[in-house]
Amino acid sequence: MKSSLKMALGMASAMVASTAVSNAAHAEDLTLCWAAWDPANALVELSKDFTKETGIGMKFEFVPWTNYADRFLNELNSHGKLCDLIIGDSQWIGGAAENGHYVKLNDFFDKEKISMDDFVPATVVGYSEWPKNTPNYWALPAMGDVVGWTYRKDWFSKPELQKEFKEKYGWDLGPPKTFDQLKQIAEFFQKRQIDGKTVYGASIYTERGSEGITMGAMDVLYSYGFQYENPKKPYEMQGFVNSDKSVKGLEFYKALYDCCTPPGASNSYMGEGVDAFKSGQVAMHMNFAFTWPGLQKDENVGGDKIGYFVNPKGPDGDQFAQLGGQGISVVSYSDKQESALKYIKWFANKDVQAKWWALGGYSCLNAVVNDPKFPSSQPYAQAFLDSMAIVKDFWAEPSYAPLLQASQKRFHDYVVAGQGSAKDALDGLVKDWTQVFQDDGKM
Amino acid sequence: MLNRTAENVARATPEPLARKVRGISDKGLAWLFISPTILLLLAINIFPLFWAIYLSFTNYRANRPNEVVKNLGFANYQRILGDQDIWIAMQTTAHFVFWTILLQTLIGFTLAWLIDRKFRGHAFWTTLILVPMMLSPAVVGNFWRFLYEPQIGLFSYVISFVSGIPPTSIQMLSNVSLAPWSIIIVDTWMWTPYVMLICLAGLRSIPEYIYEAAEVDRASNWRQFWSITLPMALPFIMLAVLFRGIENFKMFDMVNLLTGGGPGSTTEVASITLKRQAFESWRTGYSSAFAIILFVAVFGLANIYVKALNKVKQR
Repeated sequence: MKSSLKMALGMASAMVASTAVSNAAHAEDLTLCWAAWDPANALVELSKDFTKETGIGMKFEFVPWTNYADRFLNELNSHGKLCDLIIGDSQWIGGAAENGHYVKLNDFFDKEKISMDDFVPATVVGYSEWPKNTPNYWALPAMGDVVGWTYRKDWFSKPELQKEFKEKYGWDLGPPKTFDQLKQIAEFFQKRQIDGKTVYGASIYTERGSEGITMGAMDVLYSYGFQYENPKKPYEMQGFVNSDKSVKGLEFYKALYDCCTPPGASNSYMGEGVDAFKSGQVAMHMNFAFTWPGLQKDENVGGDKIGYFVNPKGPDGDQFAQLGGQGISVVSYSDKQESALKYIKWFANKDVQAKWWALGGYSCLNAVVNDPKFPSSQPYAQAFLDSMAIVKDFWAEPSYAPLLQASQKRFHDYVVAGQGSAKDALDGLVKDWTQVFQDDGKM
Repeated sequence: MLNRTAENVARATPEPLARKVRGISDKGLAWLFISPTILLLLAINIFPLFWAIYLSFTNYRANRPNEVVKNLGFANYQRILGDQDIWIAMQTTAHFVFWTILLQTLIGFTLAWLIDRKFRGHAFWTTLILVPMMLSPAVVGNFWRFLYEPQIGLFSYVISFVSGIPPTSIQMLSNVSLAPWSIIIVDTWMWTPYVMLICLAGLRSIPEYIYEAAEVDRASNWRQFWSITLPMALPFIMLAVLFRGIENFKMFDMVNLLTGGGPGSTTEVASITLKRQAFESWRTGYSSAFAIILFVAVFGLANIYVKALNKVKQR
C-alpha cells in the first residue's frame, strides 16, 4: 500500500513538474511577426538553431503580403502584445519610431558590440535609421531586397530569335542595359509564338490596393531622374517630383504597360508576376529579389532557363533600383524584450547570417555579401549585389501610408486607366504630398 | 388550476426573495429584460456613432495615439465636400446603385412572374435560381475574377465564341469602360434571386378572386397585369429596391475582390474610398466625417423612400 502510494505521489509530482517545465518553456516562447513568403520559411528553419542554443522557443505569425501592413500596423497601433519581434517593412520605420512601437536599439548595439558599419550601408539607412542618415537605430537589417529582373535565358538564346532580333534592332539580344533596350525586347516578344504558346513581353507591377504600382513605377522613375524632394530643401517637391525627366519616366512606364504586358495584367504584383513567369507567359519579369531562389529552383523555368539582370539605366545613364526588404525590431509592448534582444544578438552573428543566405534569406551583413565566394554562391548573387548598390527607397515618413496611397492612385489612374497625362499625374502627386506634409506640420 | 399552482409556487418561495420579486413592477421587469439588449446596442451602435461624430471634428489619427488631438471644427466636412475625388467616388457609387437596382428589379420581377405561373418543375427552378444568393460574396468575387480572366476565363471564351472577338481582347476587369459593368453583372447575378423572392411573395399575396373577377369582366392579360398585378406587387418591389439600394450604397466586398477600385479609380465606390482613408491612410477624423456624410445621405434618402412606400401601400 505504502509503495503504491509513493509511486502515485511520485507520478503526480513528475506530472506537475513536467507541466511546470513545459509552462515555463511556453512562457519564454517568442513570437516573430512577418509576411508569409518564401524567406519566412527559411527563417523558421534558421530559428531552430536559436531554440537549440538558448532553449527559447520560437512561434511565428506570418500574414500574406496583401494584408501584411494592415494586420501588423493595426497590431502595433493598438499596442498589442502578439509580436515580440517584428520584421516590419522599411517604410514603417519613421512611424514605428515616432509612435514608440519599436525599442530603440542603440544602447543594446553598443553593449553587445553590434556595429552598423558591419552591414550594407543602404540597408542600414533603409531598414534601421530614423531619422534617416542619423545614428538612431530601431531595427537590425534582416532581409535585404531590391527590385530586379529575371528573363528567359532559353528564349533569348534561340538562334532564330537572336537573328531576327539583330536584324530588327541592330544589337544582340541579351539582358538590356537601358530601359529603351528593355522595351525593345519586350516589344519583340509580345504576342510571339514560342513552343506553340503565345507569350508576352514583360510582367511589371501594376497593383492598385497596396503598394505595387508605386514600387514598379518608382523603380523606373529613379533612373529617369525622379527625386522626392529638393536635396537642399527638404519637402520642397515642385520641380523634382514632377520634373520633365520624371514625366518622361512615367510616360515610359505607361508605354511599357500598354505595349508589352500580358492581357489583364492590370492589378499585378509579386505573386501575379511570379505566376506569369512560372507559367511561361513572359520573357522578362520585374520583381523583388526574394522571388529569385524559388524561381531558380522551378522545374519549368528555373535552372539554365532563367537569367537575372539589374534594373537598366535611364536615358542619362542614371541607374537606380527600388529598395525592398526589412529590418527586425523588438516591439516595445512585448513582455519578453530581453529574450527578443537575445534573438537579435544571435541573428547578427556572422555564421547565422551565412546560413541565412544559404537557406534562401538575403543577408545584409558585409562579411557575407563581400565574401569573395558570394557572387558565385548562387546564379542570382551577382545581380543581387549589383542591385543593392544602387537602391533608393520610398518615403519612410510617419505619414508614409497617405503618401503611398496618393502615389498608388495617381500612378494607377494614369498608367492603367489612361486618365490624364503623366504631367497631370505628377502635378497631382505634388499637390497630394504637399497636403500630407502640411497636415503633419512639416511644411 | 393554474392559479392554485401559482399560489403554491408563491408560498414555496422564501419570504425575502418573494418580497423582492413582488416589489418589481411590470414596467420594472420589462426594463430588466430589455436592459442587456439596450446596453449592448449602446455599446456597439450608439456610442461608436457619437464617438465617430466627435472624431469627425478632429484631426485624430488612430495610428498616432500619442499625438495631441486638435479640434478642427467643420474643416473635415468642408474638405470632403470640396474634394473632387470624393465626388467622383459618389458618382461611381450612384452609377453602380442605379444600374444594379434597375437590372435586378427588372429581371427579378420577370423571374418571379414566371415562377408564379407554377409550371411543371417550378420548385426545382426556384431552388436553382436561388443558389447564387446563398454563396458568400468572397467566394463569388474570387470565382468571377477567374471567370473574367482574359486568358483562361470562361466568360471571355463565351463572349469570344458569340462575338468572334479574341478572348484576350475581352479584358473585363482591366478595361476602364468594362470594369464598372463587370461588377454590375456579378452583383446582378448574385442578388437578382433575392429581389425575385420578395416579388414572388408580393405576387402570391394577390387574392385569386380579383383575377377571377377580371376574367369575368373579360380583361386581357395585359390589362390584368397593369391594373392588378403591378399595383398590388408594387409595395413589395419598392421594398426590394430599398433593401438592395441600402446594401449597394455600402457595397465593399465584391468591388474590393473584383477590381479593388481599379483600373485607376474607375470602380472606386464610396466605401472603398472610406476604407482607404480610414485604414490605409489612417485619417481617422477625416474618414469619420466622410462616414457621417454617407450615413446622413443613406438615412435621409431611405426616410424619403419609406414615406413614398407608405403612400403606395395606403392607395
